[in-house]
Amino acid sequence: MEASHSLIETEAWRQLDTVCDPEIDTVTIIDLGMVDKVLVSDNKVSVDLLPTFLGCPALGIIKENVIKAIKLIDEVKEVEVNYIKNPPWTSDRITSKGREGLKVYGIAPPPLKLENDGTWKVECPYCGSPYHSVENIFGPSACRSILYCKNCKNPYEAMKPISTMN
Amino acid sequence: MNEEEKKALVELLYQLADDDLLVSYRGSEWLGLVPHIEEDVAYSSITQNTMGHAAIFYQILEELGEGNADHLAHARPATERKNAILLEDVNGPGHWLYNEPRYDWAFTVVRNYFYEITKKIKIDSLTKSKYEPLAQVAVKINTETLYHLMHWRTWFYQLINAEGEARNRMEQAIEKVWKDLGGLLSLGPNREGIVAAGLIESEDVLKERFNSEIKEVFNTLNLDFHGELKMERGDGRAGVHTDDLAEALASLSEVYNLNPTVPW
Repeated sequence: MEASHSLIETEAWRQLDTVCDPEIDTVTIIDLGMVDKVLVSDNKVSVDLLPTFLGCPALGIIKENVIKAIKLIDEVKEVEVNYIKNPPWTSDRITSKGREGLKVYGIAPPPLKLENDGTWKVECPYCGSPYHSVENIFGPSACRSILYCKNCKNPYEAMKPISTMN
Repeated sequence: MNEEEKKALVELLYQLADDDLLVSYRGSEWLGLVPHIEEDVAYSSITQNTMGHAAIFYQILEELGEGNADHLAHARPATERKNAILLEDVNGPGHWLYNEPRYDWAFTVVRNYFYEITKKIKIDSLTKSKYEPLAQVAVKINTETLYHLMHWRTWFYQLINAEGEARNRMEQAIEKVWKDLGGLLSLGPNREGIVAAGLIESEDVLKERFNSEIKEVFNTLNLDFHGELKMERGDGRAGVHTDDLAEALASLSEVYNLNPTVPW
């Protein structure tokens, strides 16, 4: 029994790594640091997820996609997905694979810290230049800002730094 | 938690949820009407986040047995709402759908800036709340509120510093908003119960923080301090509201009320 539990759990994590951000198909929810826990009991899998932004409309879609992905495992009869309140999601939860995946999509990963003067150290996902202007802290979704590269003259998006230490 | 403490918790959660819901609704009415396109992106993003904050507070109320979160947001009558009166006020004359909207941007900037300042003060205090789920949610909301506050502060400073018509209109808006500003920091008729339950610090402490913060802002911008916080039209936490609230609720719940059983 124990052995099959851990097999299902391993398989569940593998399936979770196929669930991408609905808008950014180069990063999975594991890359984004959204998966907190996977619990297996008998034929039931429970997944605890962390909401990135509380008002993000993708949360519902992600939940549905997680249920679909886990149900693909033969032994699983029931899937439960919960968004939990603690720990809070912060942008430093994004893995290094996730940071690379964001760049592939043309989104600069979030700065790891705010500079002392409050500015961000962000590199253009196209040319790598650190020279930019922030056009809008708010972007097409809650988690992204709009920047302009002063070197290659491309507009690009960057993930907002989200931290509990500010 | 005993019965008294739970009653206090529920009351505080309604205040927090209804405040965020109404300020978001008024924000959503500005869509496509703000001064420029980047502002449209920013303000609608802030509004979406804030609606998310309202949703999580309604969610906690659902977990406490108050009923379905969608129902709590859409179907409670105006008399049961606990939002501050300032947040239900229309954005200005006209309407986005029925006749030409001539909304007041100065009023909107002042209302939102002061709202985010008071919200940050409350949320900071809530991170130490005795009710753990509320404290946890406050930590999360805090990470988002920082950006909202920064946004409205930028507008506030720029328009005040612009002198001329901009400054005049901003000063008029401050005068108008100040008359009901106290409502944002009111904890309502059960204020003592809420504080005794260890859910948030007292009104006096919150107001003291607000005053010292706003005095510094007003000093920097050479604005006259308007004295004690007022609630000229009454306390929304006690169920005192204006016709603007009924109008807002009818509009925001119109689709929901067509068929409340449809899943969202």
